[in-house]
Amino acid sequence: MSSPLELAGARPGPAFTVTFDGREIEALPGQTVAAALWAAGITSWRTTRGTGRPRGVFCGIGVCFDCLVTVNGRPGQRACLLPLQPGDAIRTQEGTGHDD
Amino acid sequence: MTDRPRLAVIGAGPAGLAATVAAAAHGVRVTLIDAAAQAGGQFYRQPAAALRAGRPQALHHDWRTWQRLRRALDAHVRAGAVAHLTDHHVWFVERESGESGRFTVHALLGPEEADAVAVGADAVLLATGGYEKVLPFPCWTLPGVVTAGGAQAMLKGTLVVPGRTAVVAGTGPLLLPVAAGLAAAGVQVAALVESAAPRAFLRRTRALAAQPGKVAEGAGYAAQLLRHRVRTLARHTVVEAHGIDRLEAVTVAALDGEGRVRVGTERRIPCDTLAVGHGMLPHTDLAGTLGCRLDGLRVHVDDEQRTDVPGVWAAGEATGIGGSALALAEGHIAGRSAAARLTGSTPDPQEWAAAAKSRTGLREFAAAIESVYAPPAHWSEQVTDDTVVCRCEEVTAGTVREAVAQLGAGDLRTVKLLTRAGMGWCQGRICAPGVAGLAGCELTAARRPFARPVPLGVLAEDHPQPTSRAHTHPTDGGPS
Repeated sequence: MSSPLELAGARPGPAFTVTFDGREIEALPGQTVAAALWAAGITSWRTTRGTGRPRGVFCGIGVCFDCLVTVNGRPGQRACLLPLQPGDAIRTQEGTGHDD
Repeated sequence: MTDRPRLAVIGAGPAGLAATVAAAAHGVRVTLIDAAAQAGGQFYRQPAAALRAGRPQALHHDWRTWQRLRRALDAHVRAGAVAHLTDHHVWFVERESGESGRFTVHALLGPEEADAVAVGADAVLLATGGYEKVLPFPCWTLPGVVTAGGAQAMLKGTLVVPGRTAVVAGTGPLLLPVAAGLAAAGVQVAALVESAAPRAFLRRTRALAAQPGKVAEGAGYAAQLLRHRVRTLARHTVVEAHGIDRLEAVTVAALDGEGRVRVGTERRIPCDTLAVGHGMLPHTDLAGTLGCRLDGLRVHVDDEQRTDVPGVWAAGEATGIGGSALALAEGHIAGRSAAARLTGSTPDPQEWAAAAKSRTGLREFAAAIESVYAPPAHWSEQVTDDTVVCRCEEVTAGTVREAVAQLGAGDLRTVKLLTRAGMGWCQGRICAPGVAGLAGCELTAARRPFARPVPLGVLAEDHPQPTSRAHTHPTDGGPS
């Protein structure tokens, strides 16, 4: 069983810790928010304004805005574009993200 | 050096890179402006530098072409002929009033896209690329359903995969490399579901015979799929996704000759990932705002890749979907033409005869691809009334149908005004093909004044002066 990191011969620096809804997860230098969440087996981090349905990555290139997430208190950021920094606090974005 | 004319190239994919290298080699300074942290665009999207990938070519096709472009770009940057602005998200290109004929390119900086910058140029070359078209089906909003290109972008750029078991579905030549890439990265690809009959493609012998490289590329992917034991279901479609809070399975079914689902052929395939796509659409927002003529969904260009607005060239997917090889040829021609005209000479097309010949053949090939890989003719019959069609505003197919049947909406704009479909964050980029299909109207290019959401603070500030940086105050809500 191959992994994408093995396939591309990646030798990233040491993993660091971020939090998702208060829970610690590991991230690699260079990973976006979406990449670290996928690697941790998490596929949704937003609920919709109207019906409260879960959403995550859809287009993966910043066009669709489905992957919006709150990072360090700032809502409405695209998880597929935003690189992570050690200690970042990722939170599920509910609705517009302004009701917290 | 400062008296040399300056060309702004927007987009650092194959077309933009070919244009940059060609123009810089022929006497103009180039400002290459791109949203990503590294050059490459979508086709040559590179793993993030910090992941230190020693073998990125394992995720790519035609790596040698990329290396050649990369080396040429680096040499021109070192020589001071090219300034490569990364993490610049262009939202507006302005043609200065009066006789100057100059342009100002407005961009937002970094992944936060809060601060603004303006770049001046004597001419603009639009290499804005394309994005994926996805038609709706029941439960396509479930987490785990991603676009085929999105799965590939996440794999190439950040070396992650969406799950353990995937179905790759839809139509088009992109599905092959996506399925092969996921399989190579350790994902079990349960099926490749293609609604077209690729055998029909073999009947287009003229277009095929002229492109041996393309045939070899397709055969290579087919061999990889065989090696990973991926079964291909041609003339099949995904009719529904299943799951509560995330994808658990999809139902696929065979299609009849008319493009309708054959009743009784439905079967369920368990999977945690569906990578789905139905072709590509050109990014034409910047061209539209500049007033460039569009032919349907693509930017109109002449033989030199000039748009009908003086000083504006366009190349690559923005001028019609045709793949990276066509983008390279068009970018080269555009760069040569722009360099000649900016330095006051009339270009001689003989100088790019090889690229022009390649462009002709590849456009024929693209036309053949488009005629073979079409979504099932009756796809909209599978879309139930409670299916969310506009993902941003959560507008259902039933609401769209009601706007057409009860309220008489006959075009995308009227449907939007009556239902809010297309009014959300993505500004209809994702839902427009689906809404047009359900409403039975033509898919037309939307006129979007800004190519991406812009913080109110940036709009409220005085316009930053070209080539100077102006810091603005991000609004709380980010893009508005």
